[in-house]
Amino acid sequence: MCSLCGILGGRGHWTESASSPEVFAGRTEVHTAGRERQQRTRILNVVLGHYGLAVSDWTAGRSVLRSATGRTALVDNVGELWPAAERLAGRALDPLDPALLTALAPPGAGTS
Amino acid sequence: MSTYSDLIPVNVLTGALGSGKTTLLKALLRAPRLDGTMVLVNELGEVGIDHHLVEHASESTLLLENGCLCCAMRDDLKTALKDLHSRRARGEIPCYERVVVETTGIADPVPIAYTLLAEPVLQHHYRLGNVVTVVDAVNAAAQLDRFAESVKQVALADRLVVSKLDIAGPGVLAALRPRLAKVNPDAPIITAEVPGLDPVGLLIADIHDRRSKSAEVERWMRSTTNAAVAHKGHHPHAAGITACCFTFDAVLDWTAFGVWMSMLLHRHGDRVLRMKGLLNVAGVPGPVLVNGVQHLVHPPAHLDRWPDEDRRSRLVVISSGLDRGEIERSLHAFNALANPPPAGRDLPSTAAALRGRMRASAGAENRFEAPRRPAWRSSG
Repeated sequence: MCSLCGILGGRGHWTESASSPEVFAGRTEVHTAGRERQQRTRILNVVLGHYGLAVSDWTAGRSVLRSATGRTALVDNVGELWPAAERLAGRALDPLDPALLTALAPPGAGTS
Repeated sequence: MSTYSDLIPVNVLTGALGSGKTTLLKALLRAPRLDGTMVLVNELGEVGIDHHLVEHASESTLLLENGCLCCAMRDDLKTALKDLHSRRARGEIPCYERVVVETTGIADPVPIAYTLLAEPVLQHHYRLGNVVTVVDAVNAAAQLDRFAESVKQVALADRLVVSKLDIAGPGVLAALRPRLAKVNPDAPIITAEVPGLDPVGLLIADIHDRRSKSAEVERWMRSTTNAAVAHKGHHPHAAGITACCFTFDAVLDWTAFGVWMSMLLHRHGDRVLRMKGLLNVAGVPGPVLVNGVQHLVHPPAHLDRWPDEDRRSRLVVISSGLDRGEIERSLHAFNALANPPPAGRDLPSTAAALRGRMRASAGAENRFEAPRRPAWRSSG
């Protein structure tokens, strides 16, 4: 539990490397939780931008998700983010959607 | 904080009604290696367990907000495991080292796994161990055709135990093996008639057990390679199940992979029976193993070094109706997001783009310079 805000914490979401120290402790490159969080936020915003949404850090490790109309939702991790994002966007967020993949692919990049 | 490997493993023993779960459990619990095992049963068991403690759990479930059926928290299991741990800590019961949960025959094992992986208190004390599914050789083919729960029980398994071979006709096992392998190419198929069933191989040896991790990974790599050969080109099987095996030359970014896989399983988890990967992750010396079932993902596991020279990432997706090409294209597109876009490609790295747009639309008095590129669009 966070001693400042009283939020009960779990082990962390599986996508966060801090939740699996036995896996990621031996990294060969400089890594900080803050940098990973920045990277995740940046990637998420590229994806969420396709649906008119954006996410940013809030506090106590949480993130705030915002829609273009000003609706917001607080989420603890990406596991909670997707259902909240679908509520705010009012439609399904599908990583296999060809329109999304076209928007994500850099110009001239092959797919595989 | 204790590592995942230090937590108390919880094995799930599942299988269709009358498949022989209790008989198997009875045989396994005779092994000295399983002293200190707590057994939880859904219904009145027939096992006379003198030296083990037996707790009974009912069938109540708690459906989480926004959760699908496989994300239903098993409230009874949660309460039982918490209570057991409290009594263990107070010294009221022996200091058990393992829990075996025997499900009812009609139980969907996924909510049990979800409870262990997602419940905020339990995840500090317990981890999901091997899921053992007992397959009735006589009735398995019909059950797999008729019951979605039977397919899920096989798909979720880490070990498949085929029972009743003594009363099944000749050739039944040979016919059943490929059928089971199509739903779950990874799980070893063990026959219950083998004298002296090995409790270590069935319950104890798993991907998070330090003593057996390497052997488990090597076995998984072999089965993945075999599955890749067997399923080359992606063939549809019974019930529309397809097994797609991918290899990726590119090193994967863990953050991008996590975003992709969490989004994929959120949207399509109800169609993903199993998803397993051996990944070459940027900056991590050895392979990282990921293991997902429907909407659930086990904590990743890791080996210090690669077992051979092949450094490609491998991913097996067993699903109902997902397109191989779309999955591949999607993973490549998300992995490419790991590298920051080149200068001039203005993507919304923070919520600033959104705030800017909101301010711009609020009134003419807001002097806002719109992003150079409309990188996000209205949801319509």
